[in-house]
Amino acid sequence: MSVGANPGRYEAEVAVIGGGLVGLAVALGLQDQGLTVSIIDEGDIAIRASRGNFGLVWVQGKGDTCPAYARLSRLSARLWGPFAEQLTASTGVDVQLSQIGGLFICLTEQELEQRRLMLDAMRDEHNGDYPYEVLNHEQLKAKVPEIGPTVAGATWGPEDGHVNPLLLLRAMAQRFIANGGRLLTSGPVTRVEPQQGRFRVHCGDQQFEADKVVLAAGLGNRDLAPQLGLSAPVVPNRGQVLIAERVQHFLDYPTGHVRQTGEGTIQCGDSKEDVGLDSGTTTDVVATIARRAITMFPLLKKVRLIRSWGALRVMTPDGYPIYQQSQQYPGAFLVSCHSGVTLAAAHAGPIAEWIATGIADPSLSLEEFHAERFSL
Amino acid sequence: MLNDSAFKRLPSNAAETISFRVEGQVVTARAGESVAAAVLAAGLGPTRTTAVSTSPRAPYCMMGVCFECLMVIDGQANTQGCMIPVVEGMEVGFQHGARAVMEESV
Amino acid sequence: MSTVQYDLAVVGAGPAGMAAAIESAHRGLNVVVIDEQPRAGGQIYRQVGQPVLQDKRILGPEYYYGADLVAEFSAAKIEVLHSATVWEIGARHLCLSLEGSSRRISFSRLLLATGAQERPVPFPGWTTPGVMTCGAAQIMLKSSGLAPSEPLVIAGSGPLLLLIACQLQRAGVSIAAVLDTTPSRHYVEALRELPGALRGWRYLLKGCKLLMELRSAGVKRLSGVQQLRAEGGSDGKLARVRFRHKDREQTLACSTLLVHQGVVPNVQLTRSLGAEHRWDELQQCWHPCLDSGGETSVGGVFVAGDSAGIGGALVAELQGKLAAIEIASRLGDTGQQTQNTEAHDQDTQKLQQAIAQQLAIRPFLDRLYRPAAVFLRPADETLVCRCEEVTAGDIRSVAKNGCAGPNQAKAFSRAGMGPCQGRMCGLTVSQLMAEVHNAPVSEVGYYNIRSPIKPVTLGELASMEPELESELEPKLESEFVEQAKA
Repeated sequence: MSVGANPGRYEAEVAVIGGGLVGLAVALGLQDQGLTVSIIDEGDIAIRASRGNFGLVWVQGKGDTCPAYARLSRLSARLWGPFAEQLTASTGVDVQLSQIGGLFICLTEQELEQRRLMLDAMRDEHNGDYPYEVLNHEQLKAKVPEIGPTVAGATWGPEDGHVNPLLLLRAMAQRFIANGGRLLTSGPVTRVEPQQGRFRVHCGDQQFEADKVVLAAGLGNRDLAPQLGLSAPVVPNRGQVLIAERVQHFLDYPTGHVRQTGEGTIQCGDSKEDVGLDSGTTTDVVATIARRAITMFPLLKKVRLIRSWGALRVMTPDGYPIYQQSQQYPGAFLVSCHSGVTLAAAHAGPIAEWIATGIADPSLSLEEFHAERFSL
Repeated sequence: MLNDSAFKRLPSNAAETISFRVEGQVVTARAGESVAAAVLAAGLGPTRTTAVSTSPRAPYCMMGVCFECLMVIDGQANTQGCMIPVVEGMEVGFQHGARAVMEESV
Repeated sequence: MSTVQYDLAVVGAGPAGMAAAIESAHRGLNVVVIDEQPRAGGQIYRQVGQPVLQDKRILGPEYYYGADLVAEFSAAKIEVLHSATVWEIGARHLCLSLEGSSRRISFSRLLLATGAQERPVPFPGWTTPGVMTCGAAQIMLKSSGLAPSEPLVIAGSGPLLLLIACQLQRAGVSIAAVLDTTPSRHYVEALRELPGALRGWRYLLKGCKLLMELRSAGVKRLSGVQQLRAEGGSDGKLARVRFRHKDREQTLACSTLLVHQGVVPNVQLTRSLGAEHRWDELQQCWHPCLDSGGETSVGGVFVAGDSAGIGGALVAELQGKLAAIEIASRLGDTGQQTQNTEAHDQDTQKLQQAIAQQLAIRPFLDRLYRPAAVFLRPADETLVCRCEEVTAGDIRSVAKNGCAGPNQAKAFSRAGMGPCQGRMCGLTVSQLMAEVHNAPVSEVGYYNIRSPIKPVTLGELASMEPELESELEPKLESEFVEQAKA
């Protein structure tokens, strides 16, 4: 399908392949760096992790085996406020960012203890600079009176938050276009051809030429990366998500498995399934998610499920991102992660700066995110 | 009680009369008919206000497709009135905006 | 184990579902029928087993014809689950909610006979309390013996418009006006289909009789009506309808406005299965793709009746019977092998001929009563998604800002995210996307529809017994996964 595009050739300074959360955030950052950008996106029926996620801007527990990732997540969370403000100011779209802290609810004492140990270790790793609290049942109930009686407790992350990921996509697309960016929903990119220091992107009967190319196509990066001397060994990992009807506000804090959105709907998750490219739902997992949700919040028993879906996370072998410029073809960049919401601010900021200038701020430790680590 | 928007009962084959309450008001219905039909027969409405803009709404399709007839029926919020037969002593309330998480029994 | 194995599960106890179940039972299949309503009959024969209205002339003989079918259905050796809502289907299983608890049943073959729904009629003020569909008025006549409040105006296009007007008039309801929105040029365009219309002369005759009935009853009927708008009063309820007729703006006070722009197949279940659908440009609606036996692109799943394509109650009955014959014969040596091939072919051929005869009039009706463009692609101010209150202008705007199709439009605007799950807005959103992108609707596509197909409580879901084995449907080994393992 080539809805919205004409056959022919296009030019820009940067071609971003993939118009989801990652592609759009990077593209906005590149525009802020003064570059002209075209985004080539697959279109309406693309497997889109961007439309299926939980909307968490989440810090606690991330990067427990990769300090650079922990630092990157925290950096992004700090940049999120200004990022959201800029989006709202320029588009009028309120992305419903709330960063008042989040809870990872643990149903059993064992789960709570395991999590405590992990977070203690992270605090040590970061020389004490890692904020969290472990809450027992009573302490949790003081924060969230509606918590179920059998819940053991939760870990509290003061830097955690949530946002409306769909409004985020909408705002980013709107700002990108308003800034003069071209967003082409032309279909899947089949080939990226390095051409004497530049890049030619093939998409159906169209071609796009650019000085730089950014691979931000999620699972699609797998096939594209080798064409540019890069490697993206990503596989899909399915998480099923439920959305229940709008309910009068009761839950201020996002939790790892249940959150109340800005509209008032109740979102429940999740799962981690290895099922290939199947973005469907299964009754058993849906029932399990429902059971967990009403164990955490018994008052949800009579609330109705309206929609459900399976979203395919873009998973690297260790679950951490890939940020890499091609050595063979400088100017070709690979950006891959499964936390496109949390990292959106970083992608629009320091990551875009790295792509625009070719130089990464040393504090990002981007070398930790090269794909060579998978073959070590 | 009947006002000018009430649906009219045409001469019908005999059936039991059922009594129930809508927003605290006693309403009679024909055994077997839906809550939505009985509410329309009583001329009551609008039967809900929307969560998004508190706009007034009332039943539209009467066959379970449009979800406009959402009411609080015996404590269960957001229930399609056109799909539930009236039962003696039922308590029906109009759905004002987003539902409460847990309904008090009326 | 909470699952019972049936040969055939039928969703819907309207004419197609009933006929299919009866035929399947005759052929020795173990059948279960699941229906949302408390009694069999679907929408068309609603309540016909225990009719409500005393005066049989109001609804007319075509309604009471259904009584025999319902009686035969009730007497047949069929398991029936009434007031049961199907909220998930797979090729070999479905989940339903009954009396506050959900269960799963499994089967070898599935027949979907969920009928039609009224085409949503977006126009300014269509969400005003008091605006209802003509179908809703018929349901209230049949199920409750209720007639709409007056003053009453009926507006729209299509055979049901005339029928309900006559039925209400017979019931003694005073109709302020019948506003026919059929564009006048359609009368000329429909002549193209005159041969088919003449083959279906009985229908033409029926239509003419209804028109004459209205005329001799003195019901005001205006043709070529445009710019329909409904307005509420200070109490939030409908107060008046405005429109344009012969270049004059008119207003009519009313407390009920019945609207109609035809009926369309209910494709929610087939969509949720991922079955292939095609867009019918003449009828401006989606159909599931079916082979000659009524099987969808999902093996073992069949569709019969209006949900396969609008044909009316008699066609539905014939299609239901045909589907049952196909299902029974394709099931082969499970169940009773009753037919030799020749007899089977004769039976199916006769049914197909009868169906073709009944459908001869349809192209004429489709051309004549194709909705005016403004109902398919409404003006910006018009609400398109009633649940989430998204206007046509909102949809056009997101279409211009990066949304290639309805699923992205849903993500950006919330259209289709409410409890009706796109039943009221899906057709219109696809049309608007097609308009902005200057592409055929067939290319634009439709919402992804997924379980739950009707809302079900978290508590009910949580209480479902887990399956002892995982889903038996084969998973395709994707090349992708193979590469991942390498």
